[in-house]
Amino acid sequence: MAFFLETLIGGLMAGMLYSLVALGFVLIYKASGVFNFAQGALVLFAALAMARFSEWLPAWTGIENPVLANIGAFIVAGLIMFVVAWLIERLVLRHLVNQEGATLLMVTLGIAYLLEGIGQGFFGNDIYKIDVGMPKEPVLVLENMFEGGILINKEDFIAALIAALLVGALALFFQKTATGRALRAVADDHQAAQSIGIPLSRIWVIIWCVAGLVALVAGIIWGSKLGVQFSLATVALRALPVVILGGLTSIPGAIVGGLIIGVGEKLSEVYLGPYVGGGIEIWFAYMLALVFLLFRPQGLFGEKIIDRV
Amino acid sequence: MFYRENGQFKTSYQSDQQIFPIAQDRWAVLAIMAFAFVGVPFLVDEYLFRAILIPFLILALAALGVNLLVGYCGQITLGAGAFMAVGAYAGYNFLIRIDGMPMLAAILLGGFVSALVGIVFGIPSLRVRGLYLAMATLAAQFFWDWAFLRISWFTNDAPSGSVSVSNLELLGFPIESPLQKYLFCLSLLVLFALLAKNMTRSAMGRQWMAIRDMDVAAEVIGIRPMFAKLSAFAVSSFYLGVAGALWGFVHLGSWEPAAFSIDRSFQLLFMVIIGGMGSIMGSFFGAAFIVVLPIFLNQFLPWLGNLVGIHISTAGVSHAEFMIFGALIVFFLIVEPHGIARLWSTGKEKLRLWPFPH
Repeated sequence: MAFFLETLIGGLMAGMLYSLVALGFVLIYKASGVFNFAQGALVLFAALAMARFSEWLPAWTGIENPVLANIGAFIVAGLIMFVVAWLIERLVLRHLVNQEGATLLMVTLGIAYLLEGIGQGFFGNDIYKIDVGMPKEPVLVLENMFEGGILINKEDFIAALIAALLVGALALFFQKTATGRALRAVADDHQAAQSIGIPLSRIWVIIWCVAGLVALVAGIIWGSKLGVQFSLATVALRALPVVILGGLTSIPGAIVGGLIIGVGEKLSEVYLGPYVGGGIEIWFAYMLALVFLLFRPQGLFGEKIIDRV
Repeated sequence: MFYRENGQFKTSYQSDQQIFPIAQDRWAVLAIMAFAFVGVPFLVDEYLFRAILIPFLILALAALGVNLLVGYCGQITLGAGAFMAVGAYAGYNFLIRIDGMPMLAAILLGGFVSALVGIVFGIPSLRVRGLYLAMATLAAQFFWDWAFLRISWFTNDAPSGSVSVSNLELLGFPIESPLQKYLFCLSLLVLFALLAKNMTRSAMGRQWMAIRDMDVAAEVIGIRPMFAKLSAFAVSSFYLGVAGALWGFVHLGSWEPAAFSIDRSFQLLFMVIIGGMGSIMGSFFGAAFIVVLPIFLNQFLPWLGNLVGIHISTAGVSHAEFMIFGALIVFFLIVEPHGIARLWSTGKEKLRLWPFPH
């Protein structure tokens, strides 16, 4: 029982991390109808910027305090993500308004290649580490309830907490602010939003910035867990089933989907993996999402797809 | 002045329905084919065969398969590499497990197995479409990547996980030298391209296109979506399977699952989109572009660096390759979202009017 709970909690926390990446997909899809394959590259790019600037800033300015260096690097990386978002809107998306979904998908793949090339060419292609002072040691909880207690990774716990906070903040931003309302209006209907005077291009810059910031946070958390390296870009592929399961247009869907996928992956790996040779995490999530899709084609929380001839 | 159909009257239904209605087109295609079969073997050295021509032919066949599904039936797939892998490994197993199995039969059987697998993974397309379907096909990609890596039966219990095929022969003729391989791939490609062109002109192809343009409307006028979609998946997977078997047998010789990874799927989709969706010709353009570009950049960038006096390291070249590749894709999609095939037809239209603009 304790082992089961341990796996379950581990899965929930891993799922929270997936939702963090999935959130980036959902934000951009909601606002511009673009399925952003470059989200993984954005995560990698942001993490590389963060890792390198937290090394470079102390060297340039002589700041010794690691907290200040990290904050400085975070600000610089955030600014870089802002510039990237602005450039993507300005140079690419603006020219592709009203194109088909497949074309837009391919364009984001092109952007992904571009970002991976620039990121590694500019920041270097070694493995870097981000140290934001996350505690590494695991803790035991509920020792009085189960024999031996349940082992919880503190780092995962804090990461899950940050992810939850971020999601809460985004939900508030979307529901309560004027910009958030404008974003939701654009998501509903581009033309209608434009006709009541919402500037589409500014909204897109904002949404790509928000997605860039989410990528930065995801990059920092994943980067401090796994190290900043090229494989970080593939985290996006792990997060895809989450988006599909939860629905492309739903923020709560990204969270719930992430939790389901996280738990499903861990449980299947532990209880099913030994029988089929292990390593099934990667495709099991997709199969799980596929089965859900057969019954609910728009995902768990997606908007109902209505066809009109 | 030279490219005009003036005076070519169509006096029978047959001449009205032919593949190339303009005589100049017919001659051009025949000339290109004659050149490819007869001229190229005398002009090209071994390196070009190995590095460019054979990969181009095989990937063009695969791109053709993807184009039938994505361009003609409108079902986005990100799992093309998986179906190539299924074809390659199925063909391998037929070849080594059955004594005296001819190579061509093994390749085609690999294609058939791939078609069956394609039907299974095409079932979600009956419920979902667009981006959701793309994700469903990713499931195929990851599943088969895993299966060929972990289930040792598929690789005949090879300890390193890599399998190899040797002593290729066709009806008693060996297929060993690059030239023989080239001619073999070329013949298959010509056959399958002709088949694909005719398929898209037949009832089946028209059903696919109706489904692509609007599946609900197509269903209303009596097209069975299940048959149309699954047949598109089957035919496309068959092409991919044959291409995969060729890639393994003829091009690589020995291979492991990484040869058919998700990058391959993306590459094939790039070919179709850059070449032109819903165009047989476009598949060839796309394949040529994607095969030649990295080789070109690889040679050109260090040369350019030397010219301006900078030495570019190998890592630098590969990063620059990434950047230029990505930038070119973005550029192409912005300038011509319908691909090179559209540029081609615009050019032909201009040529018809030339030298008089009206």
